Formats: sequence, structure tokens, C-alpha cells
Amino acid sequence: MARVDINMQVRSANGSIAVVSLDGEIDVYTSPKVKDFIGKLIDKGTYTFAIDMQNVRYIDSTGLGVLIGGLKRVREHGGAVTLVSTNPQTRKIFDITGLIKVFDIYASVDEAVNALK
Amino acid sequence: MMQAREVGAEIPEIEVRIPSRAEWVALARLTVATVAARMHFNVDEIADLKLAVAEACTNAIQHARESDEIVITCRIYDDGMQVIIRDFGIGTEAERIRSRDLGEPRVGGLGVYLIRALMDEVEYSVESDSGTVLTMFKRLGDSNR
Repeated sequence: MARVDINMQVRSANGSIAVVSLDGEIDVYTSPKVKDFIGKLIDKGTYTFAIDMQNVRYIDSTGLGVLIGGLKRVREHGGAVTLVSTNPQTRKIFDITGLIKVFDIYASVDEAVNALK
Repeated sequence: MMQAREVGAEIPEIEVRIPSRAEWVALARLTVATVAARMHFNVDEIADLKLAVAEACTNAIQHARESDEIVITCRIYDDGMQVIIRDFGIGTEAERIRSRDLGEPRVGGLGVYLIRALMDEVEYSVESDSGTVLTMFKRLGDSNR
């Protein structure tokens, strides 16, 4: 079976900031797992995220939808989301969809975390 | 607007059928990527094709009710690849082919927008009681032919 998967990890940076590292492909099969992972962190009171997508080899509209949904939820609590990606294809998709204006995308985790301070 | 193209024995055709379920979309996009690589599409063009095919399959899974399978057909032409995505579900034209307005960020609705942005020609044929056929074409860059 052509099953894709996604690995997800979270660590704390500067106390209230969660650095979520995603590794794999985010599509219609795996995006519910990402949504669930981030959703549970929000449910526990984390509202500030740096999402590291440097190891995301593929993302489609369902993955973008998860990021938009997460952003909307944390903004309701005064939170924020920054992204980390240097993948040209990922950046292209954010550019085409106009989401480049919605998300701040950085080249390193340090930059993404510093932007949230 | 889709340009009329020759169909028949002279045109190589690759077809794959997948169950209309999320875990099989990766097979559809990898199949199309493999065909595209053999045609010497470049890396960026192959990524565009993969995403467009995945978006089309995702759209079928999410909106085509009572459809058990999706048929993906690749036709190889001298100037590019035609990809036909066919499902057999029930769904209204409006909900299937609506391309979203890029205003306020919201969940969903980006798939059709991406397909139209990434492919050179896109045409939907929606029959409310027998399914949807999406025909799209990606041109080979001049340097790749």
C-alpha cells in the first residue's frame, strides 16, 4: 500500500512557545493526525507555536487547512503561529494561495521562535 | 479551455484505479509523478502535477458521495501530459468545482484553486447522477522536449 506517514514531535522553547516538528508528507490521509496533534496542544492551553516544516516533503490543501484552522483557534486566545520552511515547493504553495501574507515563514527554528517573543 | 487532442492507439495511455479513500491518494500522485519523470518534466513541474492530481483525488473523496473508486488516466503527448480524474459519485456542480476566493483565510476550498493555478488547461464535466470528470493538461517546458 502506498501509505504515507507523518512524524510529529513537540518541545517547549522559552516556556510558553511550543516548537512542533513535522517530518513526512501532509496530505488528505495524514492531515487529520496533524490536526489532532496540534488541537490537543491547544486544548491544553498552548497558544503560541513555531511549526518546523523543514522535513515536510509534501503538503497539499488539506495540510494548509489544518494550519489555517490552528491559526484561527490560537488567535482567539491572543496566540500566534510562525512556520519554518526552506522548501521551494512549500513556499510556492503558500505564495499561490496567498497564505504567504497570513503566515510568517522563517528559514530556521531560532528565527521563528524569536519572532514570537 | 481544453484544447481538442487526438486519442487512440498512437497516444500512450496509463490508467490506475484507486479505492476512493484517503490512504490511496499517495499512490495516484506517485504514479503520475513516475510517468511525468519518464517524460522528462522537470522537478518543479512534477511537483505541480503531483499536487494537482492529489487535490483532484481529495476533492473526489470529500465531495463525491457513493463513489467507490477513482480512475486516473495519463495520456502522453509530444507537448505535455493530459491527466483525467474520474469519479462516480453524486455531488452538485457548485460544491465540486468552486474555486475559493483568496480573502479571509479559512479552512477548505483551496484545492480547485490550486489545480487551476498549477495546470495549463483545466476542464470539469459534472453529471449530478453519474460522477465527475476532471481533464487537465500540463505542458512540457521547451527545454524538456
